[in-house]
Amino acid sequence: MNLDSMKDILAAAQREEKPLWQIIVETDMENRGVTREDSFAKMAQAWHAMLDASNSYSGKRRSASGLVGGQGEQMRAYATSGDPISGSFAAEVITEALCMGESNACMRRIVAAPTAGACGVMPAVLIPLYRRDNIPEEKMLEAMFVASGIGAVIAYRACIAGASGGCQAEIGSASAMAAGALVTLRGGTPEQVCHAVAMALKNLLGLVCDPIAGLVEVPCVKRNVIGAMNAMAAADMALAGIESRIPVDEVIDAMGDVGRRLPVEFRETALGGLAVTPTGKAVKEKMLGKRNKNRTLTIKDARWKLQRTSSSH
Amino acid sequence: MIDIFDIMGPIMVGPSSSHTAGAVRIGRMARALLGETPVRAALHLYGSFAETGVGHGTDKALIAGLLGMAPDDLSIPLSFSIAEDRGLTFTFSEIDLRDAHPNSVQMEVVGEEGSRLSMQACSVGGGRIRVNKIDGVDVNFTGDYHTLIVHNRDDRGHVADVTYALSQAKVNVANMSLHRDAKGGSAIMIIETDEPIPPLILDLLRRLPGILHITYYEKED
Ligand code: SF4
Repeated sequence: MNLDSMKDILAAAQREEKPLWQIIVETDMENRGVTREDSFAKMAQAWHAMLDASNSYSGKRRSASGLVGGQGEQMRAYATSGDPISGSFAAEVITEALCMGESNACMRRIVAAPTAGACGVMPAVLIPLYRRDNIPEEKMLEAMFVASGIGAVIAYRACIAGASGGCQAEIGSASAMAAGALVTLRGGTPEQVCHAVAMALKNLLGLVCDPIAGLVEVPCVKRNVIGAMNAMAAADMALAGIESRIPVDEVIDAMGDVGRRLPVEFRETALGGLAVTPTGKAVKEKMLGKRNKNRTLTIKDARWKLQRTSSSH
Repeated sequence: MIDIFDIMGPIMVGPSSSHTAGAVRIGRMARALLGETPVRAALHLYGSFAETGVGHGTDKALIAGLLGMAPDDLSIPLSFSIAEDRGLTFTFSEIDLRDAHPNSVQMEVVGEEGSRLSMQACSVGGGRIRVNKIDGVDVNFTGDYHTLIVHNRDDRGHVADVTYALSQAKVNVANMSLHRDAKGGSAIMIIETDEPIPPLILDLLRRLPGILHITYYEKED
């Protein structure tokens, strides 16, 4: 089936009396011409890559600008010895989101879900739950299939790139995917999955993309935290039986509409929001210096002459 | 139809799917199209690749790709020193490519046996790429398929010869396009196929009369 509306996926699940994840797996099998085992194996690769990234985190790394690095470690220390306001599980989720976002900024291996900037949201909610509740891997993969199906619908109806729809499209979509995965893991109904997705996305509607110096560092790393926390809240509300008053597909369409009408300054161009604060601009200046330095560095070893080339095509 | 693994993926070295993962893929594509190990490369960055390339590791990613690394290779940040060890020298500069996609690079690459390639490509988001020019000729393909690039003399029969050989090898053509070098004489065929093309068939194609040069890019999983 085409993953172009949550309503259709829900209807297919009800008609065929199958769980949501199965509808998505079968779609992948058909789409790529692969077996069920292939499909699960590929999802397992993504899951293992998330776990590897989490396990190989180091607080010593620093990003290109030097602004990102070590925050995951700080949060972990606080979570274990301090008294986190949001409780120990939520503190672990925050830690995981920071670690993953930092790893991305520091050129480590991550899983774009749905984008690299938002790579921390899914693992931030999945990994702590997996560790705490000893959930079988199979169940984690099923939840990830549901999340991918949700992401596919959002990508089809709206968008998932900051450059197209702002941060609501990246962190917002990741949060919606994570909310759906959480409801699935907790045995919620397909309807509850849809409500969780709708609520998660609604809560982040309008979030702008304003990365300082155009780099996936600030505010990106910490936005993964809000994506993850929001996913938990939306999933818990849905599991409590709370419904989104606006149906999920309409919410997704609204996100797409907001994204299209968002001024270009707030779509990854680094021309608005935090990017143009005095501090944001100062970081950009500093990076410009690095760009020039880098240029001369590579010239030194090269046999070819560097020239500012101009071309008419 | 959206591939769910474009949503839950790619598995890649950060920080940006367009500026890092896509840049590795562009480098890999150039290596494949060159058909041999690159020893010299001049890379000209355009638009956002030039603006934020250093912070996103675009430069390291392009070199990593030229060295044959995949987008999830943890050595990508070290590609400059690996290039030095392996004898690949390179330069970066900025270029003004009018009307090009904002994440574009134009590069000239020379291989160890002396082959040369000029390629312009862009990273269109999510790690996906598009090749826009080869050796000065406008082309348009993505590397989402196995891709055969045939340089041939611009006269009759070559398209039929090549497609016949592919059909004999039970390779299905998904897309095909023909491009002419305005300067005359030669043409480029871009053939995207569903199945990989066996090396034997590539050798056979190379020996067909009127075929000047063949390169082949085998799609990654
Ligand atoms: S601010 Fe922009 S680049 Fe950063 S995570 Fe959000 S959408 Fe991605």
